[in-house]
Amino acid sequence: MSHAAVTEERPSTLRGASLPVWSPWAIAAGSVVVAVLLGLVAGIDSRVQWGLIAGLLFLAGTYGIAAKVEGRRQAKDRIATSLVWVAFLLAVVPLVSLVWTTVARGVKVLDLYFLTHSMGIVADSQPGGGIYHAIIGSLEQVGLATLMAAPIGVLTAIYLVEYGRGGLARAVTFFVDVMTGIPSVVAGLFILSLMLIFEMEPFGFAGSLALAILMVPVVVRSTEEMLKLVPNELREASLALGVPKWRTILKVVLPTSIGGITTGIMLAIARIAGETAPVLLLVFGNRFINNNPFEGAQQSLPLYIYQQYANSAGANAAYDRAWAASLTLIAFVMILNLLARGIARWKAPKSGR
Amino acid sequence: MDITTKNTEAPPPSPQPTEAESKRAARGATRPGDRIFLGLSRGSGILLLVVMAAIAVFLTYRATLAISKDHGNFLTTLEWNTGVNPPTFGIAVLAYGTVISSIIAMVIAVPIAVSIALFLTHYAPRRLSGPISYVIDLLAAVPSIVYGLWGALILVPNLNGLFGWLNDYFGWTGFFSWDEGAPRSMLTVGILLAIMILPIITNVSREVFRQAPLMHQEAALALGATRWEVIRMSVLPFGRSGVISASMLGLGRALGETMAVATVLSPDFLIHLSLLNPGGGTFAQNIASKFGEANEFGRDALIASGLVLFVITLLVNGAARLIIARRKEYSGANA
Amino acid sequence: MAKRIDVSGLTAFYGSHKAIEDISMTVEPRSVTAFIGPSGCGKSTFLRTLNRMHEVTPGGRVEGKVLLDEEDLYGQGIDPVSVRREIGMVFQRPNPFPTMSIFDNVAAGLRLNGGYKKSDLNDIVEKSLKGANLWNEVKDRLNKPGSGLSGGQQQRLCIARAIAVEPKVLLMDEPCSALDPISTLAIEDLIGELKERFTIVIVTHNMQQAARVSDRTAFFNLSAVGQPGRLIEIDDTERIFSNPSVQATEDYISGRFG
Repeated sequence: MSHAAVTEERPSTLRGASLPVWSPWAIAAGSVVVAVLLGLVAGIDSRVQWGLIAGLLFLAGTYGIAAKVEGRRQAKDRIATSLVWVAFLLAVVPLVSLVWTTVARGVKVLDLYFLTHSMGIVADSQPGGGIYHAIIGSLEQVGLATLMAAPIGVLTAIYLVEYGRGGLARAVTFFVDVMTGIPSVVAGLFILSLMLIFEMEPFGFAGSLALAILMVPVVVRSTEEMLKLVPNELREASLALGVPKWRTILKVVLPTSIGGITTGIMLAIARIAGETAPVLLLVFGNRFINNNPFEGAQQSLPLYIYQQYANSAGANAAYDRAWAASLTLIAFVMILNLLARGIARWKAPKSGR
Repeated sequence: MDITTKNTEAPPPSPQPTEAESKRAARGATRPGDRIFLGLSRGSGILLLVVMAAIAVFLTYRATLAISKDHGNFLTTLEWNTGVNPPTFGIAVLAYGTVISSIIAMVIAVPIAVSIALFLTHYAPRRLSGPISYVIDLLAAVPSIVYGLWGALILVPNLNGLFGWLNDYFGWTGFFSWDEGAPRSMLTVGILLAIMILPIITNVSREVFRQAPLMHQEAALALGATRWEVIRMSVLPFGRSGVISASMLGLGRALGETMAVATVLSPDFLIHLSLLNPGGGTFAQNIASKFGEANEFGRDALIASGLVLFVITLLVNGAARLIIARRKEYSGANA
Repeated sequence: MAKRIDVSGLTAFYGSHKAIEDISMTVEPRSVTAFIGPSGCGKSTFLRTLNRMHEVTPGGRVEGKVLLDEEDLYGQGIDPVSVRREIGMVFQRPNPFPTMSIFDNVAAGLRLNGGYKKSDLNDIVEKSLKGANLWNEVKDRLNKPGSGLSGGQQQRLCIARAIAVEPKVLLMDEPCSALDPISTLAIEDLIGELKERFTIVIVTHNMQQAARVSDRTAFFNLSAVGQPGRLIEIDDTERIFSNPSVQATEDYISGRFG
């Protein structure tokens, strides 16, 4: 107690006067009250403006009060803190709304019937029908794309990490970067230009080709990262035992990094599964079930969502189906993501932190 | 075995092994297995180069087919009539719309994304920041068509208030005048694109901020810096180029985004001063919207516009790579 | 200017792990106090509790009292930012701000508070660099980045940065462990000069260094790995190195363990 008495008497350089912990809440509440009063008195009926006024009052109030009590630097610090929190809350609103709406609206018609029937006998404006044909189409197109892109991507990455020196490797690295940036619609147009030359009608595999173009660079990048994580000592140990290089890669390097490579491939699959534009250009969409990806138009989940939205002239039944299909697609993508992360964690090298 | 005997019999003229020999030794490609494996992996790399070349060649080929018959000016015509004879089309509206919507998206998304990244690395309680980062990671994977559907059915009806308010107070600028049409305009597109690229920019920026060296932050703390001053002195300077390249990544996505734009925009082929009135278009949206009704010539014309989009995205990505490369050199001193 | 530090009953935690336990000591003004002890004994943790840097570490928590001239650093209403301004710190690895010039590095702390005229700033930077025995080496390149200096110069730049804000106490956390012998010598000389103006606390792994630079020495130890570190004894440096009162201290100093 004697300390306290002593320190109270002399001016302290350490004791920055500070606002109580509850002060932000108090200022916030105050700003809201003042904003509402102002809004009522001035007859402003837009709630957006009320909010805006409250926000500005809060910032000004925080700065003013903090600057007075704690000093200018602390006031700035408080403003920065408030702005960062506001930015976060602002961003949460649309993102939560997106997820919430998809789930809330999606569950309405999402049932076993929906998953096992096509749109063959249902007009877009009528209720009923389902996404069976779209699921088949998506699985086939994405599956074929993966069958092409995964080996090419992994082999390219092996070339870059294990063999690549010199001009060719540099060129490949550069163009993998370039490919990463190709908009999906451009990949679609490329295959479309080939189809125009060979006078082909839309079919599922054409979509797979475009999806594969989008998938390869993602697989190369992630596989490269994983291969680089394999310690050189491991390779040298194997080579020093007289194991040929290709067997070293197959038996030592790849098994060590297989978890990460799988993760990368699954994330790439998740990415292309949601692509709409190339499918729209190349696979065209189909109301009926077409199990053959090599002949005739097919459907796919993202394209189905778009067509239910765009071709139905605002029919609620179509919107419901679009939401349900969105929920299915998001669920598929999220499960892939979660599995991929699970594998990454499970297979992570034990020495890593 | 073979090599060693050869070497002893005929020693190379210089003490250094010849280039071919050292290459062979480095690759160890003397066994059939090695040769096959090297061939396969190098073949994949070469295949990628071939595909890239083919993309450029075929797009250019089909584009020239279309442009050579264009009766308008491909760069300046405000029209897209490919089904008539003679066809008249130009990319001016699309170029303007693509650029303006991307700019709007960047202006909204970058500051918010940087703030969220700072929130996650330096402000949020640790128990909160882990799960939130994870969720934002997942949100980056939500397909764009879902954003498009949400934008068209949820975002658009909710923008009436904002648009009316902007019109009331900033309508005089011309940019924010609004004729009370459905809010399916360039600003809507920009807002939706901003929401879409927010998770990407946030994720990359967060990783950069997280790597900001602790020792420089402690140095600032020990000088008696507040949290904001620590960030300004030691986190933001470190993360600046990373944020720039993250933004470029987001910009690349915004430029090429197709379905989300196609679902929320009411397009036309005019350049409007107002960002609030419906109209305008972007490269990717135009391709998706016009494709269904286009004949073969019309498709070639769309391919021509796609080629322009391709070149633009290449330039943006190239710039991003340059910045990242520079940053690597710069941070080499600390690593 | 220099102030005295009185620590009583100080215990520091990382989460639930107790890093140091029940430490009490007095650090005299205008003197050099050295902390020695084996790795993991908590001497760096203890140092960081003296300017409230410990709580920056996630989970970092402190119990007990640290009085700076009778004012408790952990008392109610104390602003940790002001505490760190009064008690400067030099770190193990030299850490000048990489994006700032030499001048800006030294001026960094002053600019936080603002209100300095350009000429004042010039004077203080020059005085601080002279105080850190660095002025002659860098006066021609004040606008070059600080990261271009040698390790020893960088460390002296960090010392200049720390003393530019005129702290009452200067904490040094193994300031020479990343430096070569010649740079180390330069820093040790500097410490001898700085103690005229500041209260200095230095953590060191190097017992010769403690013997060379310090007036008083505190020996820390821990009974077993995972156990909290404790202060074994603190006394005049001469006495600690010639005739310590605790057997463990003698064992450590004579190199029998640690």
